[in-house]
Amino acid sequence: MLKKLLPLVEHALKKPVWDCRMCGQCVLHSTGMTCPMTCPKTLRNGPCGGVRENGNCEVKPEMQCIWVKAYDRTVSLPLPKVWKEHYNELRPPVDMQLQGTSSWINLVTKRDQQVPAGWSVGEH
Amino acid sequence: MSILREKLENTSERVFTAEFPSIDGGGMDSVIKNAARLAPWFDAVNATDNPAAHAHTSNTTTAIAMKMHDLEPIMQIVCRDKNRIAIQADMIGASLHGITNLSLLTGDDVTAGDEPEARRVFDVDSAQAINMARIMATGTYLSGRKINPAPDFYIGAVENAAAPPFDYRIQRALKKHRAGAQFLQLQICYHPDRLEAFCKGVAEVAPDLKLIPTIVLMKGAKGLAFMNDKVPGIDVPADVLARASGASDPAQEVYNLTLELAQHALSLPGVRGLHVTDFRHDETLDLFMNDLGRTPKRQG
Ligand code: SF4
Repeated sequence: MLKKLLPLVEHALKKPVWDCRMCGQCVLHSTGMTCPMTCPKTLRNGPCGGVRENGNCEVKPEMQCIWVKAYDRTVSLPLPKVWKEHYNELRPPVDMQLQGTSSWINLVTKRDQQVPAGWSVGEH
Repeated sequence: MSILREKLENTSERVFTAEFPSIDGGGMDSVIKNAARLAPWFDAVNATDNPAAHAHTSNTTTAIAMKMHDLEPIMQIVCRDKNRIAIQADMIGASLHGITNLSLLTGDDVTAGDEPEARRVFDVDSAQAINMARIMATGTYLSGRKINPAPDFYIGAVENAAAPPFDYRIQRALKKHRAGAQFLQLQICYHPDRLEAFCKGVAEVAPDLKLIPTIVLMKGAKGLAFMNDKVPGIDVPADVLARASGASDPAQEVYNLTLELAQHALSLPGVRGLHVTDFRHDETLDLFMNDLGRTPKRQG
């Protein structure tokens, strides 16, 4: 029941504020409370090379690049220091199996921290 | 070991790379013609992956064809058209043919091409793709499945030194380095001050990351204006545009400007060579390389 209900509640709350796409593995805290899934290329690790001189998106010239926004906010918002430090961490590929599930449940169960077995081989 | 890797890792020699022209029709003859033109000047040349979101002969097939004709490829893989399975298949497939230089990049959006209605993939991003190449070079796929023996990749990436958020670009380059990139081909940059700040910043923290800025040979002032207006991420300062268009011989002025940019780039910390994109396809390339003090390699 909770598994069905929570995604609805989460989406209802996060959609209006962050345009949440329900990837199920929320990283908002490390991206200046800016959702990387709203990047047209769904990049999780920072801006592409096409950001325009005015800071707007290569794909949607009328929209500010979400990674420019994320950077500005990470620098300027009074966020916890560790959140700011996470800005440049290497985020793993999105787990498509989590699409549409509640990131809150996945956080509590640590399901959102599961990565493919090879991902962390060696050092980053 | 690839020539590129050998030169960058074991010598202090400068390295010159280029972009292989896109191949459509024309068969192997067009590969042979282009390979013969580029081979005297370049150590390795990029086999592109549907550049600007236009379909052409694929990255792997182009790279194999180049190798068959004695031109060392750097195989590009962009994240736009393939998911993580296909990208790993590209990489291991390249290694089957002895192609080990890779360059992993995000890629232009589908809307930059002639099929804007296509589905975007972007299943992984460039930093993740770089990490996948690094993982594979240690002997496993992303899933953890073993590859024995491990492919011997020399991993490259691309960065724009001069696009917003300016303060972050150095960090992003370092992230790619941490993920596994050993060399970075930098996008063309018409702001020498920004390029300088970027290279200094990277070299300070990661002196072993090899930087290869891009230089574009173009026909004249119109080309510069086009880049400024039409290529997202590339800004040409107004004084540069004015200098080019106001000159009595704009084509010569653009050439002078390009040479100045090249010499400046080569003087920067961390910079090990240049990546040359040739939009002229004439004798300017030979002139340019001569002016940089290069002598052509003898063929045969
Ligand atoms: S410019 Fe920014 S928002 Fe647009 S595709 Fe690139 S990274 Fe994403």
